[in-house]
Amino acid sequence: MKWSKKDLLGIRELSKEEILLILDSADSFKDISRREVKKVPTLRGKTVITLFYEPSTRTRTSFEIAAKRLSADTINISANTSSHVKGETLKDTARNLESMRPDVIVIRHNMPGAPHMLSRIVDSSVINAGDGAHEHPTQALLDLFTMREKKDRIDGLNITIVGDIAHSRVARSNIFALRHFNTRITCSGPPTMIPPDIESLGVHVEYDMNRAVKDADVIMMLRIQKERGGISYIPSVKEYSIIYGLKAEHLKKAKKDVIIMHPGPMNRGVEITDEVADGPYSVILDQVENGVAVRMAILYLLTGREA
Amino acid sequence: MKILIKKGRVIDPKNGRDEILDIFINGGIIEKIDKNIREKVDNVHVIDASGLIVAPGLIDMHVHLREPGYEYKESIRTGTMAAVKGGFTSVVCMANTDPVNDNKSVTEFIIKQAKVEGVCRVFPCGAITRNLKGEELAEIGEMYAAGIVAISDDGKSVKNSETLRKALEYAKLFHIPVISHCEDEDLSKGFVHEGKASVMSGLDAVPAIAEEIIVKRDMAIAQYVNSPLHLTHISSGGSVDAIGEMKRRYNQITCDTCPHYFTLTDKATLSFDTNTKVNPPLRSKEDVDAMKEGLRNETIDIIATDHAPHDVTSKDVEFNIATSGISGLETAFGLSLALVHEGVLSMKTLLKKFTENPAKLLKLPHGELTPGSPADIIIFNPDLEWTVDRNTFASKGKNTPFHGWNLKGKNLLTIVDGKIVYRDPAFK
Repeated sequence: MKWSKKDLLGIRELSKEEILLILDSADSFKDISRREVKKVPTLRGKTVITLFYEPSTRTRTSFEIAAKRLSADTINISANTSSHVKGETLKDTARNLESMRPDVIVIRHNMPGAPHMLSRIVDSSVINAGDGAHEHPTQALLDLFTMREKKDRIDGLNITIVGDIAHSRVARSNIFALRHFNTRITCSGPPTMIPPDIESLGVHVEYDMNRAVKDADVIMMLRIQKERGGISYIPSVKEYSIIYGLKAEHLKKAKKDVIIMHPGPMNRGVEITDEVADGPYSVILDQVENGVAVRMAILYLLTGREA
Repeated sequence: MKILIKKGRVIDPKNGRDEILDIFINGGIIEKIDKNIREKVDNVHVIDASGLIVAPGLIDMHVHLREPGYEYKESIRTGTMAAVKGGFTSVVCMANTDPVNDNKSVTEFIIKQAKVEGVCRVFPCGAITRNLKGEELAEIGEMYAAGIVAISDDGKSVKNSETLRKALEYAKLFHIPVISHCEDEDLSKGFVHEGKASVMSGLDAVPAIAEEIIVKRDMAIAQYVNSPLHLTHISSGGSVDAIGEMKRRYNQITCDTCPHYFTLTDKATLSFDTNTKVNPPLRSKEDVDAMKEGLRNETIDIIATDHAPHDVTSKDVEFNIATSGISGLETAFGLSLALVHEGVLSMKTLLKKFTENPAKLLKLPHGELTPGSPADIIIFNPDLEWTVDRNTFASKGKNTPFHGWNLKGKNLLTIVDGKIVYRDPAFK
């Protein structure tokens, strides 16, 4: 199949075929990053702007490296160094950027729907690099890529997501993506962090952490979203880490070949112990590496689409 | 000016009328309603209403005219133009202007401005508390003397129960309704209904109980002090249940809902279209069904618009920071006629919720077609299909989620005080 969408705004808009197309394309791009000369001319002459209204190290760098390895020109704009601080609206920023004729705008914003608004204004392709608590599609795609890589399949997996589900765009995008496959998804965390109606997305809720990780093939840990008020949903971080922090003893209940994932940044000692984060089951750094390949695939597909 | 409306199907819920009749208007008053009136006087403007419905002008008990203070969003002139286009001949404007209508000077200004600029009747609603802060009572008596017909801190609940109690007690002096905006502030730190759609969108959500808790609290206080209470823009099924139950025990409770609450579900917010951002938020399919049932079984007495016009800048931003509200005057009647087409309400019952019931609540001498009463009349075609085009709105507010929608039923002619103030191009 061929890619036909202008933008990548969320997983919710993607079909299973489109998800697989991205994952399959990423397979071939992963090799490029492991070569001595990590560059191909695929996107020569194309311009990619990363427009970040929220702090980010991993996602932003990953996009920039992905674009550069494809020979695109990249420009980074942060909200704290942009006209945003002078009161410029997203709409006006978008119009100005559009006038400079970029091919792709990668946007991260603290408000859900901001990338959708941007995509209505600009002709460039828009990639959602995280919008509030809504979606983080590239993270979900790299998570799926990593699961498939480590487990040779996605179908049939038991996936447990633990933490602040209510405020997690990573959880949402992963759930939307995994629903396309024959998976069992269990969400766990304090009841204050599990939104009512989450079951309507086809997931199970298990508040008890020990039961939630039982027989899991994949355990995905999330961080408390302090910037989205997550801390007010629990009595204390200490109590949270006692009840929901992932410890070595939990892994014994999971499948023998369980993999531990985390979208980062990690709060070591809070949602995950050092022992687990750095242990043999952790694929957290593989996720980061795969992120570049998946983003290369997405940039390639979006810029290569037929007009 | 003398007007003779011929052969229309006259529906007047107040007088229990539904038949083909003529109406003769003279000097702003309905002089005669009868079969085949033959007036032998000069200068009579004859309107052929055959095949159309003639009804009392609609009364919208909940609009925001934005003047004074926010004339860039709407003015009394443009707001009343939108009203008459939509079939409304009387509107009640809320107090959240700048300055707030919490004293007689602002009330007097609105009334004076409406006389000069308005094209329909404008009845101001005063604030319950000074500057809508929920602390001290506004000068309700002085505002009443100046012309308010109700009090409300619309936009906010009166958070302090003791203050609300005082307002309900004090308003008894003037026999005016207290209109309650039901929203628990602490549970309302969001922008959309908490439910399946918010789980998908990740937008901060407001649970239906935020409304229901205050509905129940306010009704309890009203019953305790034996005062009338009107609950406005009700949106949740739980509220409708609570109101229905209370009405069986206590007969001084009334409520209204708005067309968007029986037309759209929270699913509409998944588009992140800021025109779907309203307060209270669009709710679930079950709530929408409950609104229809509440309208059908008479738990919900009135349909109001909560006409909330906004400028483009307030809406053309991210969903979180967009202002709430729909510019509703020009689509309300068309959307509500769907209730008749769907068989939820009879035409007479629908009109009752737009005419007799609000007039009764506000003690207005309008909303009826009775010889000797003011000539506020509309003529509409319930079957005329048309497409909503916000660019043709008379309102300055183009903020509607219904742009491009095909509606069935349209107001064609509006008479206020015996004068034709609106004639639709479709009405030959």
